[in-house]
Amino acid sequence: MPAFFTDHPLGIVLVILLQCLLILVPLLVALAFLLYADRKVWAAVQLRRGPNVVGPFGLLQSFADFLKYVVKEVVVPAGADKPVFFLAPLISFVVAAVAWAVIPFDDGWVLADINVAVLYVLAISSLGVYGIIMGGWASNSKYPFLGSLRSAAQMISYEVSLGLIIIGVIISSGSLNFGAIVRAQDTGLGLFGWYWLVHLPMVPLFFISALAETNRPPFDLPEAESELVAGYQVEYSSTPFLLFMVGEYMAIVLMCTLTALLFFGGWLSPVPGLPHGFFWLLLKILLLFFVFAMVKAITPRYRYDQLMRLGWKVFLPLSLAWVVIVAFLARFEVLGGAWARWTWGA
Amino acid sequence: MTPAAFAFYLFAVTTLAGGLMTVVSRNPVHSVLWLILAFLSSAGLFVLLGAEFVAMLLVIVYVGAVAVLFLFVVMMLDVDFAALKAEMARYLPLALLIGLIVLMQLAIAFGVWERDAGADGRIAAPMGVAENTRAIGLILYDRYFLLFQLAGVILLVAMIGAIVLTLRHRADVKRQDALAQMFRDPAKTLALTNPRPGEGLASPIEGARR
Repeated sequence: MPAFFTDHPLGIVLVILLQCLLILVPLLVALAFLLYADRKVWAAVQLRRGPNVVGPFGLLQSFADFLKYVVKEVVVPAGADKPVFFLAPLISFVVAAVAWAVIPFDDGWVLADINVAVLYVLAISSLGVYGIIMGGWASNSKYPFLGSLRSAAQMISYEVSLGLIIIGVIISSGSLNFGAIVRAQDTGLGLFGWYWLVHLPMVPLFFISALAETNRPPFDLPEAESELVAGYQVEYSSTPFLLFMVGEYMAIVLMCTLTALLFFGGWLSPVPGLPHGFFWLLLKILLLFFVFAMVKAITPRYRYDQLMRLGWKVFLPLSLAWVVIVAFLARFEVLGGAWARWTWGA
Repeated sequence: MTPAAFAFYLFAVTTLAGGLMTVVSRNPVHSVLWLILAFLSSAGLFVLLGAEFVAMLLVIVYVGAVAVLFLFVVMMLDVDFAALKAEMARYLPLALLIGLIVLMQLAIAFGVWERDAGADGRIAAPMGVAENTRAIGLILYDRYFLLFQLAGVILLVAMIGAIVLTLRHRADVKRQDALAQMFRDPAKTLALTNPRPGEGLASPIEGARR
């Protein structure tokens, strides 16, 4: 039986499928509760109760919403480009899901341990914009089109600074593999060995870029409900809308995970001596998601020209300068090579 | 058929189909979408060759940036399909002639093609030394450093040229200065007033009760 799973092509495919499910199913279930948590945090800031009817404390609200979306009627606007209209939410969802293939959840707990994992995530997240553009265009309506154009410009702009910030981390680790990047932060210093300290100026920049990349408030201009109704999602109903929303939240959780892996030591324990493990990563993701939710609750929306100005005139020069600085810091092994972890030997 | 061979034929067929549909598709937006499919499948082919770095760059640069701008422009264009078809009928003979010439040239090239006996073994040259990101970095920043930098400078010049050609400061358009807006003093520009019913506001600042 085991030989079938390791030698026969069909067996290998089956094992891979099983591993995919092992990532996707817990992820989707977790997403349901994260959505609930997002709404609860938002409600708490605004002194409301938030969802509290379905299940104990409203815990099952997301599942009720899920059912509601699935059984509703799919409305296709007249004059919509039907294949593209339905392809768009699918792309949004699939692209957000496949990026998880290279994310390590613990030492060695990774579906595809490839050596260009960081580039893979960047490539996949740059595909996410297509779901939005296609959705906005295929709806054959003005608000969605405006929303999708905004979103395309915004996501491309902030991808640049995200990529440059990640390059600094890559220089420090000497690897494009997430596992290697996390292991490079395992220095015996606990949380002071993680990259947030040596890359401190870039952590807020990365976080803000992540907000903009995932169309979260204060950068939710593509779906700004007060001016564009809901942007590219206006014409979507039922399951296609659900796919858009799940894809969006998956991208948000992915960004939290990336921040945790790149700057906050992934599965490493913050205190030297305590065992490393998956629960540390989970804890870090949850904390970062809480910050995402708080930002949504307490910040007003940016103006569009300010958003573009911030991306191109502030974040791009700063992150580019940091790449150059880190390159020098790593080359001359400043502070005993704090920016050149490969010299410390693993 | 091994999984690798299956993947190769899958990507090869999608690349070709994507390319074909790019040309024959009637809607220009669909054309760009098919082009993106072709890009993605060729990235898959690069992965099968063991060139994962090139594959990822192909996706990031071409699919993530270039094709998005393509799509942008094409969606904004107001294309008249009837006129486009009339144009096509006019240029069809010329296009056919060019196609025929290229086909003949390819046929000639393949006619005199000679394969080395050991060529098959070198098709997918294994990168034994290092992972190919490292290998490309070592070559690019070592042996071809000057050419690489020159290419960068040329691109920079092209970018500056494009900006210079298109940038115009028009006097009749109000420009917003974000910094000036941010550092404005609210006390100088805002006033809280509490007008009595029927009186209204005489002058916004002077009649204000703070």
